[in-house]
Amino acid sequence: MLRTPGGYWDPLIWLLVFVVAILIVYIIRAFGRSDYKGGEQTKPFLSGMDVPDEDALHIRAGNIYWGFMRALEGYYDVLRKYHTGIVNDYVAWFVGISAILLVVFFIVGVI
Amino acid sequence: MIYNIPYMASAILVIVGLYAVLFKRNLIKIAIGITVLESGVNLFLITLGYRENAVAPIYTNLPEGTSIPEGMTLPVPQALTLTSIVIGVAVLALILSFAVKIYQHYGTLDSREVRRLRE
Amino acid sequence: MNMSYVLLHAPALLIAIPLFAAFLTPIIDRFSKRVRNIFVLAVLIIEEILMIIFAWDVFTNGIHVYTMGAPNPTSTVPLQSAVPVRIVLEVDGMSAFMGLISTTVSLAAGFYSIAFVRKETGQGKFYTLLLLMLVGMLGMEFTGDMFNLFVFFEILSIASAALVAYRSYYGDAVEGAFKYLIISSIAGSIVLFAIAILYGQYGVLNIAALAKAMKSTTLDMIALVLLISAFAMKCGSVPMHFWIPDSYTVAPASITAMLVVASQASLYALFRICFSLYGNTSYVATSGAILILFGLLSMFIGVTMAIPQKDIKRLMSYHAISQTGYMLLGVGAGLYLLGNPDFSTHGMAAMEGGIFHIFNHALYKGLLFLTAGAIFYKTKTRNLNEIRGLAHSMKFTTIFFLIGAFSIAGLPPFNGFASKLLIYESVYHVNPILSIIAMLVSILTLASFMKVFHSAFMGPPMKDVEKGDVPKSMLFGMMVLTAGIILFSIIPGWVVGHIVHPAAQSLANQSAYIRAVMGD
Repeated sequence: MLRTPGGYWDPLIWLLVFVVAILIVYIIRAFGRSDYKGGEQTKPFLSGMDVPDEDALHIRAGNIYWGFMRALEGYYDVLRKYHTGIVNDYVAWFVGISAILLVVFFIVGVI
Repeated sequence: MIYNIPYMASAILVIVGLYAVLFKRNLIKIAIGITVLESGVNLFLITLGYRENAVAPIYTNLPEGTSIPEGMTLPVPQALTLTSIVIGVAVLALILSFAVKIYQHYGTLDSREVRRLRE
Repeated sequence: MNMSYVLLHAPALLIAIPLFAAFLTPIIDRFSKRVRNIFVLAVLIIEEILMIIFAWDVFTNGIHVYTMGAPNPTSTVPLQSAVPVRIVLEVDGMSAFMGLISTTVSLAAGFYSIAFVRKETGQGKFYTLLLLMLVGMLGMEFTGDMFNLFVFFEILSIASAALVAYRSYYGDAVEGAFKYLIISSIAGSIVLFAIAILYGQYGVLNIAALAKAMKSTTLDMIALVLLISAFAMKCGSVPMHFWIPDSYTVAPASITAMLVVASQASLYALFRICFSLYGNTSYVATSGAILILFGLLSMFIGVTMAIPQKDIKRLMSYHAISQTGYMLLGVGAGLYLLGNPDFSTHGMAAMEGGIFHIFNHALYKGLLFLTAGAIFYKTKTRNLNEIRGLAHSMKFTTIFFLIGAFSIAGLPPFNGFASKLLIYESVYHVNPILSIIAMLVSILTLASFMKVFHSAFMGPPMKDVEKGDVPKSMLFGMMVLTAGIILFSIIPGWVVGHIVHPAAQSLANQSAYIRAVMGD
């Protein structure tokens, strides 16, 4: 059991609760019919559109979070502009941050 | 004043090395900049061991008028500098071999063109 | 040759055994490949066992010092002088903790590499450099001497750069290695400059002797700033993190797992300098605040750059940056509270959270990179747009990936949740905003790993991929790390009490560190 400043965390109790929950789910599932093997209700449904065949059905990785990317477009434009891939810029950031840290330490030392 | 000149030279070397790494596009010039930066740091390191009117710390029979240990320069920075020079040679060899391979693959040594990995 | 002799000489043995084996490996490689593989695995297993025994001794009995080349290894200060003269290895709780991480991940990477690089050329040199990386990591973590830290730092960076460029028939592998080496050598030169400044002022190189003699002049402040920015660049905190995705993506998968631990060795060096070298000066609060700021930026920018990526290893390396932010946040909060009366409750808990996160991160990030390597081994591509449905044939890899993904996202009951909970609850008392941003980053981490899981493993199976999982040695390497994750998930209280707490305690206790070398 791990004691944290706000309380405690015990993964064994969590696992116990999880196992109990799985058992309850299994018992409820056992009340259903066991001879139903599928049919119209288990096919994919895309709001009435035609379901494409296997190769085109899988959503590719570049398209998954398009809403998130469109909403944060301003932020991502700025961020991508800085990630240039040029090695001179990498060292420039290092020199810049060192200079800023020197100024910060000087100011804090003088105050 | 004259004893500060090696320190100023070391600072100038470090600044010139950083200038070459920051603003030059050719990968070989970036490698040269790194070597100049390391030379500046090595010069700084060995200048720290200097003592006025002292002999090199290698004698067993001392010349007249010197005393151990105040009459000898510090030997530790010399050892540190040698180690650092050897490390610098290894790093330079590896950087240049990478530059050769990059030229074989990309056909150019411009750091703005060599960026298939970005963002 | 009994146990007390081994424990007395263990700091030097742990560095010397892989160093000696690294030089024997090319010779053995000339005769037989099987013998070379067995030799390397035997060395890694011996290292792991010796490290576990030694770490147990350090956690229960305190700091071990070892003077290289002295007739009696524990006598650090000779009779005629007031300062240590030889190189002193000083292993306290934090060093032993980092040593455990290094040997465990090296063992998993060694097993994984047996099958992963089987078809490449130059394998003898691969295993030599892998053992040299282990030497560099252990040397950085065990040493008590600043210049020795620099030497092992350079050993580690040269060996790692050569291994990043291992598959030199890919152009971008050499480009990533070039960038890695430029960044490493600049960081090394700046570290040497700072060490020279400190040596010029005090005349000693030993960390404990420097800490005792430290007077907080302006030159010391300049040295501190140079050291913080150089080591922060090497461990991948955000304003200087650009080289990490480039080099982690193109290295072979087991080397990427070891590069994670190599960056954590630089993180250890940063903490050692901030806590044990400058722990008694007035710069502690400022450096703590700066580490907290770096941690916040790393967490947020790391995870938001990870979400749009299409290359699986590039996505995971942005997550490595983000999780390093958690470590910087936790330990930075501890450093910030170092003089306060609050330190013994919240500061200590924050440090324990950050330090526990280091081990957890090495385990689950290593596992995730190894599964990404398994995907690359099967499908010959890292692009998430081109793969789908791997769960049908790679069942074990899917399970390992799920364990790693749930762990990095901080879902109960895994170990990621335990360390993140410690960080959330203790950093809250410094400023509630830090905790809120940490939780937000956790959610975004889960989002991006669900993206990877859906793209790579779900869906109908691909047609031109052969059935069956990856070779057994790769599965065994992943199993080593998974066993560590599950072990830490089930008994976090024991782990924090017996492994993390001594490490955090020894990091915060500068006077014990000085007393172990300098006497009273």
